[in-house]
Amino acid sequence: MSDGLIIDQLKKTQILELLKEGKRVDGRQFDEPRKLTIDTGVIPKAEGSARARLGDTEVVAGVKIQPERPFPDTGDKGMLICTAEILPIAHPSAETGPPQPHVVELARVTDRGIRESGMLDMKQLVLEKDKSVIGIFCDNAVTDHDGNLFDACSYASTAAINSCKIPKYEMQDEKPVKIEDEFIEPPITTLPVSVTMAKIGDFIVVDPTIEEWGIMDARITITSNSDSNVVALQKGGSDGFTQEELIKCAEISIKVGSKIREIIKESK
Amino acid sequence: MGGRDTDIVLLDENGIRSDGRKVNETRKVTIKAGVLKNANGSAYIEFGDNKILVGVYGPRDVHPKHMSDTDTGILRCRYHMAPFSVGERKNPAPSRREIEISKVIKEALEPAVMLKEFPRTAVDVYMEVLQADGGTRCAALTGASVALADAGIPMRDLVAGCAAGKAADAVILDVNNEEDQAGQADLPIGYMPNLKKITLLQLDGVLTPEEYKQCIEIGIEGCNQVYEIQKKALQDKFFASGEKQ
Repeated sequence: MSDGLIIDQLKKTQILELLKEGKRVDGRQFDEPRKLTIDTGVIPKAEGSARARLGDTEVVAGVKIQPERPFPDTGDKGMLICTAEILPIAHPSAETGPPQPHVVELARVTDRGIRESGMLDMKQLVLEKDKSVIGIFCDNAVTDHDGNLFDACSYASTAAINSCKIPKYEMQDEKPVKIEDEFIEPPITTLPVSVTMAKIGDFIVVDPTIEEWGIMDARITITSNSDSNVVALQKGGSDGFTQEELIKCAEISIKVGSKIREIIKESK
Repeated sequence: MGGRDTDIVLLDENGIRSDGRKVNETRKVTIKAGVLKNANGSAYIEFGDNKILVGVYGPRDVHPKHMSDTDTGILRCRYHMAPFSVGERKNPAPSRREIEISKVIKEALEPAVMLKEFPRTAVDVYMEVLQADGGTRCAALTGASVALADAGIPMRDLVAGCAAGKAADAVILDVNNEEDQAGQADLPIGYMPNLKKITLLQLDGVLTPEEYKQCIEIGIEGCNQVYEIQKKALQDKFFASGEKQ
């Protein structure tokens, strides 16, 4: 069973039978995501934060910002790192200890969506070339797991970064010094939004719940940007997609994503 | 991606890439099946300057025992890069990147391998990247399919791997390391040519919907070419004595 979730055979049969009649267990359309609510600024000590609830899946993302020494090959750009972890309070299957492969994948897919979209103009986040740059760390904590953590983390991260305030720093004696109570707006260029689809039998459904997640044959997460371009993609699960399915999935992702982008914009 | 600044000309005015290839041309691929003595199946693949050795063990007993499944065999994959495979020495401990790639390759192979035939057992696929030059996950996947077939494990199809992408505003086939670093998008594909199913797909970089379609199309074409080389490698091993196919 994918991600270690055990669903009894009865439920699997029931979900498949319903899909054949054009219905989902919770009554949604195939291309209808669950209700999304986003609150920003929920962690005042973080420079940016957001709580995203996608159905009963809940993620809290916090952004911390501090000056960093840049990597040798990217001294002319700021630093951006997204992580994700599933807290043990989120689900009985969640474990403490070193991250399981599916958690590593969750963190890397979340990071890739934000990074590859070029959401932030990293060139504007340099304090002194090759010496000091602004580092933006967006950490996602999954607090309740009802499936589709990829999208919940994507929405929480995008909302948290979109609403963050970057403290102002100045170089003094080759060291970055924080100027109290002065902030700059984050250099946002686009808002990446991921949409995950599950393939169950021959059906493709948007935003799978944990029950659908447990029985799906394959999944695909497609991230699009404000210009309706595809910026990141991850296929998972033990089956494949046909060429036609993939093109259809990209269209669904762009369409559904544009509605979700409005919710993220309003949450700022 | 993110278009790192560089002076390299990725595509010249005649449409020729930095390593002399055309936009729709793969690098030279050579595969040899059955290269290891102890493994049940093995393959050595050179995909351009990538050099990868794959060994398959199993079906065999599962250790630790709690991982075994009474309904089906399980597939376990390890993608690993040797410390000397890249410019700057790589820490030999498995990185988060390698853990993710191992997982996506496992999920790319699972649809092809008939695991239900071997309940309570494991098939272990070890992919060792000896030299890396961009596109290692596709090359490792390609080699792994051949090694699984070489081990005599029943399969529905071979999985062939090849990336498509975008560099210098052009859609290109089989992205090499330079193009990956300085280009605009990389879309690795794993494809089962007989079943016409895509089993590995990732993307980083920005593509318009039209470019996305083109990339998938050209990528599948690349996989079809790689597939022929995979079949040839198996024929060369099993029909080497001049037997008819």
